[in-house]
Formats: sequence, structure tokens, C-alpha cells
Amino acid sequence: MLIKQAQDLTEADVTPPELYRERRRFIQAGLAAGTAWAWPWLAQGAIKLGEIAPGPFSSDEEKTPYKDVTSYNNFYEFGTGKADPAIRSASLITDPWSVEVSGECDRPGSLGLEDILKAHPLQERIYRLRCVEGWSMVIPWVGFPLADFIQRFQPNSRAKYVEFETLYDKAQMPGQRRRVLNWPYREGLRMDEAMHPLTLLAVGLYGEPLPNQNGAPIRLVVPWKYGFKSIKSIVKVRFRETQPVSSWQQAAPSEYGFYSNVNPNVDHPRWSQRRERRIGEFGKRKTLMFNGYAEQVASLYSGMDLKKNF
Amino acid sequence: MPIALTKSLIFSLGLLPAALLAWQFYRDELGANPIEAITHGSGEWTLRWLLVTLAMTPLKRWSGWSWPVRVRRMLGLFAFFYACLHLMTYLWLDQFFDWPEIWLDILDRPFITVGMLAFVLLLPLALTSNRYSIKKLGRNWKRLHRLAYVIPLLGVLHFVWLVKADLREPAIYALVLAALLAVRLPASRRKEKAKVSRQTAG
Ligand code: HEM
Repeated sequence: MLIKQAQDLTEADVTPPELYRERRRFIQAGLAAGTAWAWPWLAQGAIKLGEIAPGPFSSDEEKTPYKDVTSYNNFYEFGTGKADPAIRSASLITDPWSVEVSGECDRPGSLGLEDILKAHPLQERIYRLRCVEGWSMVIPWVGFPLADFIQRFQPNSRAKYVEFETLYDKAQMPGQRRRVLNWPYREGLRMDEAMHPLTLLAVGLYGEPLPNQNGAPIRLVVPWKYGFKSIKSIVKVRFRETQPVSSWQQAAPSEYGFYSNVNPNVDHPRWSQRRERRIGEFGKRKTLMFNGYAEQVASLYSGMDLKKNF
Repeated sequence: MPIALTKSLIFSLGLLPAALLAWQFYRDELGANPIEAITHGSGEWTLRWLLVTLAMTPLKRWSGWSWPVRVRRMLGLFAFFYACLHLMTYLWLDQFFDWPEIWLDILDRPFITVGMLAFVLLLPLALTSNRYSIKKLGRNWKRLHRLAYVIPLLGVLHFVWLVKADLREPAIYALVLAALLAVRLPASRRKEKAKVSRQTAG
């Protein structure tokens, strides 16, 4: 069933690094010029990304255009329309920014974004993103493994889960003025999911700092789960002994489970999950188990009934 | 304004949203997911025309104009036209005519079930929206066309059941529909009649 893909091979592997970087810089310059013209409201984070090395697990599929990745977003903190986040997120202030880490760990604390960035070399990872609504993208993220971040805080033996929280500030996030979800947005992972090498803390995309609408300045990327698990604009991380309840679980427990792994065999009550529309494509493609990352993550769930633990 | 002119004006207005959608599609201005934009656009316009159609009788009563009821059938047909676009988008661009899958969707997903029911109920109305049928059906025509109250109710329910969390938009449609139905209640009708008879007497 599994189609072997050249998953660990990126363009960078076959291109000399200097040339790759050169080309990337060229593309970035063009991108910046192009997007400034096309998207005057595109608010880019204040942080600077240093060196970016190509990372493992990258897909070689055609990337979703930058314009689509940054103009079609679900980020209810800025409104429930797909275009709202791009139009209304300029009010988000991402500098200064800090992430507070607490709960079941030996070294809790608060870290400024600069300190986080200093400690972790950045990688580019081209991942598929599958939304629960039945569409998907291919996005070149820039970030580092969540596991590396977590290890700095030395979680103790009671840390079975990690909970994340998005900023809660109605002035900066106008969508929070209406109680569409129970703010602040919360998400969670089991510890082994959080420590999995695929799980990324992203600070950029297409070689640039994350635009606000994509979850600036720091967000989670869990490519084998539906997009809403990849929480944006994170301000809190907490290690817990008990399973956290995510915002969507709270809103509709029968529709959104804790795991929310991409699974073509388990329908959402309102949508079949068998197929998906890749943004930019006319037809639909078959949705792959664990969004095509089964080889890497299926073992995390061996013995579990995925229909029950949806 | 002669009724023929009013009718052509409203006819053009009815085509406008579809033309705009087609133009934006052609110009690639519907965003990253144009098919979703068409599904949503056609769905919303179906509901809007259904409500506009329902607004014609009260409009006539309040304004005294006669044209609203004379364009009512055309407006209803526009609702049907947009419903056809909406359904076609679903059958073709969403499901690519995968009939077993479509059938499962209709059975399994409440929002599709009521949407489909609304469409099926629209069919006899569209087929009898002509002078010949009115004559032929007599009193039964009126009875049949009372479905025009039920269909937007199903349409609103369809909308409520398909949104993920934000009920604001369907709630607005529900309020408008409630108002349009409320002015038809006997109590409200009696007051209106009393007013009208006072005016004609005076
Ligand atoms: C009189 C009949 C109908 C009305 C008034 C109606 C109205 C609507 C409205 C208002 C929307 C939401 C638009 C938005 O979110 O902006 C919608 C979406 C939709 N409708 Fe309908 N509809 C009708 C019939 C149908 C039928 C027959 C089907 C398919 C069998 C259908 C399938 C859909 C789908 C798939 C969506 C999009 C759902 C999503 O985005 O998740 N509708 N419709």
C-alpha cells in the first residue's frame, strides 16, 4: 500500500550547498519584491532567520505557491473567513515574544524568541499539510525539531503530554472578541508524538520569517495530523500528566478527537476524509494514511483502535 | 415603470452574481480554492434569492406596488438556477460524479441530506412556475407553492449544520427568514388588513 517516496531527498541534497543557498537568496529577493506588491498587508515577523540547512523528511512534491500559503488560512483568532487572517493580522505584535514553559519538568521558565532561535539551528522541511476540511498544501517550513526544544526543560517522568496555548489578546487578535472557540486556543500532543523527529517548531516558511497569518512568530507543525493540531503563535507550553483537551475537542467532542491523525478511513461527521483537494489542483487526490507519513509514525499507534481514538 | 422593463431589470440583476463568479473564476480572482468559493457563492445566492422571493408579498402589502408579486415567480426561478449551479458544483467538482460516494454523502451527512431535500422540493416549484401550470392546477398551485416557506427553512438548517464553529452568518439568514415568516402570521395579517381598510375608507 505504501508508495516509497524519495522522502529524505531534497533539492539541496543534489545541489551543491553554495549554489542552493545562492538560488534560495535569489528566490527570496524575488519573493519579497513580488509579495510586497501583491500583498501590501502582508505583515512579516520582525525576527531574522540565520542560516537554514535542508532538513530530513522533505517531500519532493510541487510546493504550494507562497501567495496561496499566505492568503488562505484558518486562524480564527483573526476571523473565520479564509482571507481574514491575511487581511486582519497586522495588529499582531511578534517582537518581543516569549514562550513560557511550565508543568512537569525540572527546568521550567520563560524564553525569549531570540534565545530560542539562538539555541536551535534552523532547517527547511517541505511537508504536506492536510486540513480537516478536505484540502491540502505542500509547504517549505523553516524550523527545528520540537524534541530539541523540549529537552532543554527536562520533563520529568510524570510528563505524559504536552499542552500548547496561543496568545490570548483581543486587541491584537480581533477574532477573539467573539467567542467562536473557547479562547485561548489550546492543543496537545502525547509525549512520544511531541518527541517524534517529524514534529517541528516552525518560525518561517519559504525561507522567510512566518507571516502573521501563518502563526508568527512560532508555531507547531505536525504533518501527520489535521492542520488544526498545528497550533499557531504559541506563548505557553505545559508538560502534563493528564491528557489535555484541545479547543476543537471542547467545541465539538464528537467531531474532533485528541489524536486527529489524518486517516482516510475515519470520516469526519460532515466530510468524507477519503479524498482531498490539493490547493492549485482541479481534481482530487486520495488521502494517504497519516498524510503519507505512515512509515515514520504508524508505530506510535500500534495496537490502538484509530476509529475510537480519532 | 412598465412591468416589462422592471422584469428585464430584475432578470439582469439575477444573472449578475453568476456572471461575477464566472468572471472572477476566469480572472483567477477567487483565491486559493476557487471551487470552494463557487460552492459557497452559489449556495449563498440560492438562499438569498429564496428569501428575496419570500419578501415580495410583504413588499407589495406595505408599498402598494404590484410589481413585486409579478416578478415573484422569476425570482423563485433564479433561486432554482443558483441551486442547480450549487448542486452541479458539488456533483462535478466536489465528487466528480462518483455516484456511490454521493449516495453515501446524502445518507450519512445531515447537512447534505437537508440540502438535497431542499433541492428536491424546489423541483416541482420550478417545473410549475409558468402560466399554464397555474391554470391547470388551480387551487392546488397555491398549496404546492407553500413549499416556498419550507425550502428556505431547510436551506438555513443546511447552513447551520455545515459551519464548523461560527454560526453568525447562518444566524443572520435565520433571522431574516423568521421575520419574513412572522409577517405572514394571521395576527400580523389582520393588523395590516385593518390598516388597509381604514385607508381605503378614508
Ligand atoms: C435549496 C437548496 C440549498 C441551499 C439554499 C444551499 C445553501 C448553501 C449555503 C448558504 C452554503 C454555505 C455557503 C457559505 O459557507 O458561504 C452551502 C454550502 C454547501 N452546500 Fe448547499 N444549499 C442547497 C443545496 C445543496 C445541495 C443539494 C447540496 C449537495 C448535494 C449542497 C452541498 C453543499 C456543500 C458541499 C456546501 C459546502 C460545505 C462546506 O464548505 O463544507 N447544497 N449551501
